Amino acid sequence: MKPMVRSRRSATLPGFRVTMTFTLVYLCAIVLVPLATLPAGALALGWKPLVTALSDSRVLASYRLTFGASFAAACVNAVFGLLIAWVLVRYDFPGRKIVDGLIDLPFALPTAVAGITLTTLYGPNGWLGRPLDQLGIRVAFTPVGITVALVFIGLPFVVRTLQPVLADLDVDVEEAATTLGASRRDVIVRVILPYLYPAWLTGFALAFARAIGEYGSVVFISGNMPMRTEISSLLIITRLEQYDYAGATAVALVMLIVSFVLLLTINAVRGWSARRVAI
Amino acid sequence: MRVGGMSIVFAFLTVFLIVPLVAVFSEAFARGFDAFSSAIHDADARAAVRLTLITAALAVPANALFGIAAGWAIAKFEFPGKALLTTLIDLPFAVSPVVSGLVLVLLFGRRGWIGPWLSAHGLQIIFSVPGIVLATTFVSFPFVAREVIPMLEASGNAEEEAARVLGAGGLQTFFRVTLPNIKWGVLYGVILCNARAMGEFGAVSVVSGHIRGITNTLPLHVEVLYNEYHIQAAFAVASLLAGLAIITLILKAIVERRVHDRPRPIAERVPEPQLWASKSEA
Repeated sequence: MKPMVRSRRSATLPGFRVTMTFTLVYLCAIVLVPLATLPAGALALGWKPLVTALSDSRVLASYRLTFGASFAAACVNAVFGLLIAWVLVRYDFPGRKIVDGLIDLPFALPTAVAGITLTTLYGPNGWLGRPLDQLGIRVAFTPVGITVALVFIGLPFVVRTLQPVLADLDVDVEEAATTLGASRRDVIVRVILPYLYPAWLTGFALAFARAIGEYGSVVFISGNMPMRTEISSLLIITRLEQYDYAGATAVALVMLIVSFVLLLTINAVRGWSARRVAI
Repeated sequence: MRVGGMSIVFAFLTVFLIVPLVAVFSEAFARGFDAFSSAIHDADARAAVRLTLITAALAVPANALFGIAAGWAIAKFEFPGKALLTTLIDLPFAVSPVVSGLVLVLLFGRRGWIGPWLSAHGLQIIFSVPGIVLATTFVSFPFVAREVIPMLEASGNAEEEAARVLGAGGLQTFFRVTLPNIKWGVLYGVILCNARAMGEFGAVSVVSGHIRGITNTLPLHVEVLYNEYHIQAAFAVASLLAGLAIITLILKAIVERRVHDRPRPIAERVPEPQLWASKSEA
């Protein structure tokens, strides 16, 4: 791969000590020390208050809602993200570049703006909420609305992880399969999809991880009714406002652990797919 | 299949991206230009703009400097624990915004680990501007570093070593050789970092205390207006942030092209074989 002639840690290049010191000090001050307060706080509390805080039915309901809606949104994004990535990579049409740039809108638009906009759109008098209401579908202030917001903010992840992989997919391989007698469906199911699985799974996991921690875009459309439409992020803030540091720590710790597990899974999938491609 | 797929994609993108974007501006001007103008010239709105600009002006350069320093240390030298360090830099992306705010409260809050000691010395972090800056710096931490590190790794050490052999000093080598190679990457990271810094809501919301005119950033001001049923005013302020998002997307698209077009080491300049010739019906 990379040429091995490069002399690393060359005595000729200066500045290792000063940049490394700055990197470590800054990383510790901004990220690591603040983050360490969470496990440290949990350890200081001990198991009992943690378990008590976590077995609260309101906390459990918030986890069910947060993980459930996040999973549903990540599934929607997986399906439509694949379609969008396919259209953007394989088809040429006027305005393709604009559409491609627009995919990143959920990254660029502040979440609070997305939150109030979606709430107004899907509210009882909104452009989309009114016709849906007439069909008997209520979106705002229900778990459906939470899922809609999470679909919005998770959309770029699947598209952006699939696009480069799809662009690398050689049409020759498909043509070879077709020449050998495979039907279009066979080509998709047996050639294209297996090739896409690692990136697809990565995109799904990224969208899922982002959705679990999302706050700004959800908090307006959710309605925030305890036990019914209260997400875990909001519950942390509620506990904090009541000066219930132990409760906030407990709820946050579980979310932090889940995020880390997802991050490790994503890295593992990436490593696995890199090895697979290398073969 | 092609027409069907494209119709589904366009319908989905229209409902999920275009309609919301149009709605922000439509609501912002729902009561005419004067209402829009008075909402964004309101004293609290101006204070929010000022605080947002100050916060970004502190957080973005700090994170850019960090990204370049970390890139130099990680990409140009070999040391144990390199993979771990790279992972740790990405950590803030894995942490929920609300949890990012929470850990600052646990550390600096009135009942936090060092909050009482700091407030005894007259330093207030939480519910004041330093907390907002810290939270913003935390959430926008990795953007520049994650652009710069792979770029510096890909470019190798040869050019810098040549400059050194030819007698250039350390800083001279950096400013004349390294920085020109990575400037578009740095700019790309700065654009993303700035968008996040100006738009952050969750983490800042936890540490701000929502004091009007003092600790409200633009996104927090949007929230306050919306919750007080000043819907049009909320959207007027929100449209400023939406405008920022559109500018970000345009700049990003422009710089992205530069990042991809940057001169690469000669060994990589061999033309790549065309992977698939036609984009027609596949």
